[in-house]
Amino acid sequence: MLEIKGLKADIDSKTILNGVDLVIPDGEIHAIMGPNGSGKSTLSYVLSGHEGYEVTEGSATFDGHDLLAIEPEERAALGVFLAFQYPVELPGVNNANFLRTALNAQRRARGEAELDAVQFLKLARAQAKALSMPDDMLKRNVNVGFSGGEKKRNEVLQMAVLRPKLAILDETDSGLDIDALKIVADGVNALRGPGFSALVITHYQRLLEHIVPDRVHVLAAGRIVKSGGPELAHALEAGGYAAVVAEAA
Amino acid sequence: MSTGMGSAGVVTASGPVAALQAAAQAFVARYHERKLALPGDTHARAEAAALLVRNGLPGPREEAWRYTSLRPFAETAFQAPQRGDPSPELLARLPAIDGTRLVFVNGRFHSELSGVPQGFQVVTGKPALGALARPEREKLVALNTMLAEDGAAIHVPAGHDAGTVVLVSIGTGAQMGFHPRHAVVLEEGASLTLVDVAMGEGGYLHNPVLSADVAAGAMLTHLRIQDEGAEAFHLSTVYADVAERGTYDSFALTLGGRLARMEVHAHLGGTGAAAHLNAAQLLGQSQHADFTTVVHHDAPATASRQTVKNVLTGRSRGVFQGKIEVARVAQKTDGYQMNQALLLSPDAEMDSKPQLQIYADDVKCSHGATVGALDADQLFYLRSRGVPHEQARAILVRAFLSEALDPIGHEEARAAMESAISAWWAREAA
Repeated sequence: MLEIKGLKADIDSKTILNGVDLVIPDGEIHAIMGPNGSGKSTLSYVLSGHEGYEVTEGSATFDGHDLLAIEPEERAALGVFLAFQYPVELPGVNNANFLRTALNAQRRARGEAELDAVQFLKLARAQAKALSMPDDMLKRNVNVGFSGGEKKRNEVLQMAVLRPKLAILDETDSGLDIDALKIVADGVNALRGPGFSALVITHYQRLLEHIVPDRVHVLAAGRIVKSGGPELAHALEAGGYAAVVAEAA
Repeated sequence: MSTGMGSAGVVTASGPVAALQAAAQAFVARYHERKLALPGDTHARAEAAALLVRNGLPGPREEAWRYTSLRPFAETAFQAPQRGDPSPELLARLPAIDGTRLVFVNGRFHSELSGVPQGFQVVTGKPALGALARPEREKLVALNTMLAEDGAAIHVPAGHDAGTVVLVSIGTGAQMGFHPRHAVVLEEGASLTLVDVAMGEGGYLHNPVLSADVAAGAMLTHLRIQDEGAEAFHLSTVYADVAERGTYDSFALTLGGRLARMEVHAHLGGTGAAAHLNAAQLLGQSQHADFTTVVHHDAPATASRQTVKNVLTGRSRGVFQGKIEVARVAQKTDGYQMNQALLLSPDAEMDSKPQLQIYADDVKCSHGATVGALDADQLFYLRSRGVPHEQARAILVRAFLSEALDPIGHEEARAAMESAISAWWAREAA
């Protein structure tokens, strides 16, 4: 379970998160929607441990662990995964090696046995196939020369292989065509169930037709101003953020 | 320009210059003590001694030595090399590479540690002077010529593939100076991979010179691992002369030594000749290493490629000087040079000096240089996937080197370099 209480965070002395309260129980998928600049990406970076943000108040715990007190790699080993809005290119780093290194680092941190190259490739190829990704994606350098859609699918592949307990999807739908969107959604839905929860950050209701959330929250000016069921996403799509934000204010 | 400061032997006695002058005199004195015992061409030695008396050692006023001071080297009194036996620890570090092994200990050929070539000729027991060296221009080559005791002359007949020769230099003690002199001749269409390993323990001086004569259509692959002792001096000069359609394909990895310089002079003298002078320098603490190249494009349609990567930690200093000269006759020359440095500490420093001199009008030449730190977004991406900080740094450093390392086709040599790099990283991270 993810529990965020009164979370405030700055970047370059500018307050972006201004008291976020959010609870995501185990097994649930929550969506966060909100206008540009409302702090959606900041929330995802703060939860995953990006150094560029300073937490000034509040707390964030996952399964009882104080997330804000530990390093990004320790959060990952606990099962926190961020699907980046802009996946980073790693020239000179082979995608399969990268993924195997990450998986084994997490397994090592958890005291589990590491996978050898053969075991790993079997797993990675099966997941790539399930996501309709060509095998050669594993042989290329991480995200180098990938199209926007391929980068997003590569994020989902990483998620499928690493099997996090909490996935944070930061606008994973942006720049995707409808087929790719379905693939991404299938990837998330495949993990859905006890032991997996997700925070889906999106601008549009479109993705939420494929990943139906348990709860929808509206983030505005660094706070959650409204929460509801999946129907809230439809209301936002129909009426826009302005009306909801004004009503909440 | 790499020419000297004129011919006068008299220089004003400012600090570094005086120290260099004294060091040159000490080397000449060593020559006079030992000249009757040194094997090989006595005439060439005497000429080199006269050059050294006249020109001295390279000093700070020379353009080619602006970034690298030999002062720490000049302040050490190097003695004549002793016969030595490498420690088991050193021998255990010899890379496992199939091929004919030629081992030199303190500059002398060590037959018990060496193998016997099949199908081509190797002569040892005296310096292999070769035809390419220019002691009148390169002062350290004059020093080498004057004091060289031994070397390997490798001759590969026309059309023959000699496979791999592993040329090893091991230094076993402090304050010894040794100056091996090697020559490689590949006749038309011949090929050879020369894996050139320099290692040791102690504050010795290793000043090797190698000339490589690559005939038409021949191919010399020269893979170098400089992993000298931490207190050692490595000052090497390579001359490569490449005829039409021939290739001198080299990669040099610098890890060791307190003060190091690799100087490479490549002459592309025949149509379609090519030279690849790739390198990686990984330096820490107060190490100083200099990779200096001069490529002469002296025939049409010649090509040169240089990708030089530097990873610098601590207070280390890396130097790259790359000069490309394109003669009027060398139309359709293709020259490429890229120097990149990754600074892992605020106190590390990189000096980069590209120089293009182009006298032909139809050529393609490009050069570039970048200096930067590790990318914070890339580090975070790796860490967000669970990769610990130090491992993430190591992965990104290795990735930075991949453009220079990946083209090395010789699997065993590349593996040896990979493990030397891993050992370096473990040392630096400790």
